[in-house]
Amino acid sequence: MHLDEKTKAQGNDGTGAKSAGDGQSERVPAIRLVGIEKRFGPVYANKNIDLNVAKGSIHGIIGENGAGKSTLMSILYGFYQADDGEIYVNGKRETIPDSQKAIAIGIGMVHQHFMLVDNFSVLENVVLGVEGGSLLQKGVDKARAELKRLADEYELNIDPDALIQDLPVGLQQRVEILKALYRGADILILDEPTGVLTPAEADHLFRILGQLRDQGKTILLITHKLREIMAITDEVSVMRRGEMVGSVHTSETSVEQLAEMMVGRHVLLNVEKGPSNPTREVLSVENLTVTDKRGVDLVKDVSFKVCAGEIVGIAGVSGNGQSELMEAIAGMITARSGSITINGEVTTKADALDRRHRGMAHVPEDRHRTGLVTKFPAKENMILGYQDQKKYGEGLFLDLTAILKETQDFMVDFDVRPPDPHLKAANFSGGNQQKLVLAREMERDPDILLVGQPTRGVDIGAIEFIHKRLIEMRDAGKAILLVSVELDEIRSLSDRILVMFDGKIVGERPAGASEQELGLMMAGIDDPSEMGSDPMVSAELARDNTDEALVEMAKGGKE
Amino acid sequence: MSAQSEKLPRWVDYGLIPLLNLAAALLVSGLVVLLIGENPLEAVYWLVQGSLGYSEGIGFTLYYTTNFIFTGLAVAVAAHAGMFNIGGEGQAYVGGLGVTLACLALDHYVPWYVTFPFALIGAAVFGAAWAAIPAYLQAKRGSHIVITTIMFNFISYSLMAYLLVRVFKQPGSMQPESRTFLEGGRLPFIHDVAGWFGIEMASSPLNLSFVVALLACVFVWALIWRTRLGYAIRTFGTNQDAAVYAGMNLSRIIIITMMISGGLAGLMALNEVMGAQNRLLLDYVTGYGFVGIAVALMGRSHPVGIIMASILFGMLYQGGAELAFEMPKITRDMIISIQGLVILFAGAMEHMFRPALVRIFTSRHDDLGQEA
Repeated sequence: MHLDEKTKAQGNDGTGAKSAGDGQSERVPAIRLVGIEKRFGPVYANKNIDLNVAKGSIHGIIGENGAGKSTLMSILYGFYQADDGEIYVNGKRETIPDSQKAIAIGIGMVHQHFMLVDNFSVLENVVLGVEGGSLLQKGVDKARAELKRLADEYELNIDPDALIQDLPVGLQQRVEILKALYRGADILILDEPTGVLTPAEADHLFRILGQLRDQGKTILLITHKLREIMAITDEVSVMRRGEMVGSVHTSETSVEQLAEMMVGRHVLLNVEKGPSNPTREVLSVENLTVTDKRGVDLVKDVSFKVCAGEIVGIAGVSGNGQSELMEAIAGMITARSGSITINGEVTTKADALDRRHRGMAHVPEDRHRTGLVTKFPAKENMILGYQDQKKYGEGLFLDLTAILKETQDFMVDFDVRPPDPHLKAANFSGGNQQKLVLAREMERDPDILLVGQPTRGVDIGAIEFIHKRLIEMRDAGKAILLVSVELDEIRSLSDRILVMFDGKIVGERPAGASEQELGLMMAGIDDPSEMGSDPMVSAELARDNTDEALVEMAKGGKE
Repeated sequence: MSAQSEKLPRWVDYGLIPLLNLAAALLVSGLVVLLIGENPLEAVYWLVQGSLGYSEGIGFTLYYTTNFIFTGLAVAVAAHAGMFNIGGEGQAYVGGLGVTLACLALDHYVPWYVTFPFALIGAAVFGAAWAAIPAYLQAKRGSHIVITTIMFNFISYSLMAYLLVRVFKQPGSMQPESRTFLEGGRLPFIHDVAGWFGIEMASSPLNLSFVVALLACVFVWALIWRTRLGYAIRTFGTNQDAAVYAGMNLSRIIIITMMISGGLAGLMALNEVMGAQNRLLLDYVTGYGFVGIAVALMGRSHPVGIIMASILFGMLYQGGAELAFEMPKITRDMIISIQGLVILFAGAMEHMFRPALVRIFTSRHDDLGQEA
């Protein structure tokens, strides 16, 4: 088989070169993939993928989690080797055994999780790996000049001497882009770039991408956010279950059509829900302050209430204290001051188990890190947090039959696939893992449910299901506190929206608040109404303001 | 990818891989034996013959096995909570103090079966107490358990040496050891027990604590996989954040787990002090606590695996001694280096054959991946 591949490769090399010659350079796609296949054990991550990316375009790749987008990009960037298929870059057949090779042929990648050294400066991060000799000075000087040129050319302003840890995420991402450009990337792959950005930062990123395209760079954008695809790309390719479903011109498609291509059936993008009917107060948080080990306040003097029969959403860019607020309410970390009242009883000092006894349930933000023990089978995960309950056995011993029986029931009720209680949690797909956690917490019939990022990394079909269950629970008279970085999710589920910025709740808005308004609040601009009466003008103004604010912050970080 | 560790069928994971590791260790040992001009096959013969070939040899093998089971279980219980207890040596040593106190206090007055429960509790309590201090420091002060347990080994050496010389040593004796226990402080040997039923067995130091060791295996199995505490221990050991999320009291888990671990290590003293020697000796633990780490690694922290690994190390100890006797060019030090190789291949290089096996099994049995 290995030999076959080689001979095939040789055969194709000739034709590849020929077609490059025929195409008169302009028409040659920046990237052409032919029949790419990648298997992990018996599972196809990529099956017979063909893809053409035109030079100087922004090409979006969308698909549900596990559709194979990341695998495909990893093949392109040399992290994985394709089992079969051919890669052409600028018309030339290439094999990409590692990322060095990818960089050498002009492919750069901006990862979802930044690969930066936090306590290095921007400059040091940019030259990392391409220092150009055993003494730093020469490389650093060259990089400084190059950074200045890039800043002028692409509006990629950044203080080269600022430390990464002092920069906001939007600027950290800019450093990642600069790193790729500094290494001479002509083709830029961005993996879910807006996950950590405010809407304003995302807009700025898109402007940068637009300029890069206009300068002739090719950009591959991987995302699951349909709106971004519509806003920025020229062409879009849709993947489903490891296969390429199709490529369309963005201008000729619609959000609905793309969603349908992704899932393979018609999807309800908006949740249908009636008006809320809030009754008694279930959760009350007063003047809560949470401090981390270094003494930095992460949650600052936060107060709010959640009543039975309503969903309160907390919007905010990730890292603005929402996670810590949730953990403090759930009893995972201790608040420095303030009080938490559940069902009329002050529970500030109670631990997580105690709070569950008082009617709280908690779907944590990160199911891998917190919500599941991925090495345990589903049945053992089903009692996590409820391990002390009498129904799971009297005394010291656990009643394994009771646990098994209940897990089976829960799995059927929440349509977890496969419904095998003995399967390790790690072997379920992301959506089904999330359903396991939701089943465990929601089946307890809690008075107050804390939900963090209920649909992160969950495919569209499962999102629909999860949203429906949450609304059902609300209608059954339960209180729900929802934290999500997906503004769409907050807006479509919540009855009231609290916006968090820098550890504080900066305002409350009704369910109907516009995305623009919330986006500005998330960026820390207190009252958008002061910016002028025309919303477009005010948004534009605010955008510039935030950019300047970010640059200021970056500079401030130097001191 | 990440699921790679899940892909192999159980018999490969728990049977084939340890066997391959063992074979590799023996192969390298064989090369060493060749280098010094001896016949490796003959060496293997004497190793097996010496440990399993005759009744007395089996007795000695199982006597060593008993020690390894206790110390292996101790390491395993801590490992399930994600902690590395390398203080088994000291805990077993101090456990001997509990046994000795019980035996010295009671052997004049009562038969062994009355002394026995006190000695057992004494061993467990003293071992547990010795582990409790590092556990407390870890739980409440964040002092790393690896550092503190190894420190406590050294402290135990000094403490016990002091006690033996200043407290237990008999007047007029030059030996730093306690007085020899009377009948009431001696565990019956298995060959004696067999004699009660009319079965002839060669005499060996194998005693009733072997049965205690097997019961301890059942205890650990039930504790880890059948109880709430075991569930908490495994959750804590696998995913600490999830344990916090579930409202488990982490300090409590650390301290309780380490005390159980120390208690198990302490029980080793039953075998040595009350069973084989009938007195408290200086430095009687001689490395059993450390070999327990290898035993737990090789046995995958599962009681059944620990029994098998313990038998293997028991064979190496007993067969090795025989081998050194029969083939004088193979010295005691070489036996230790063979044991070292087994530890190296079974523990440190545990995953050496894994990637290859994963490739073989995933390409040949495509359906296995789904089943696992």
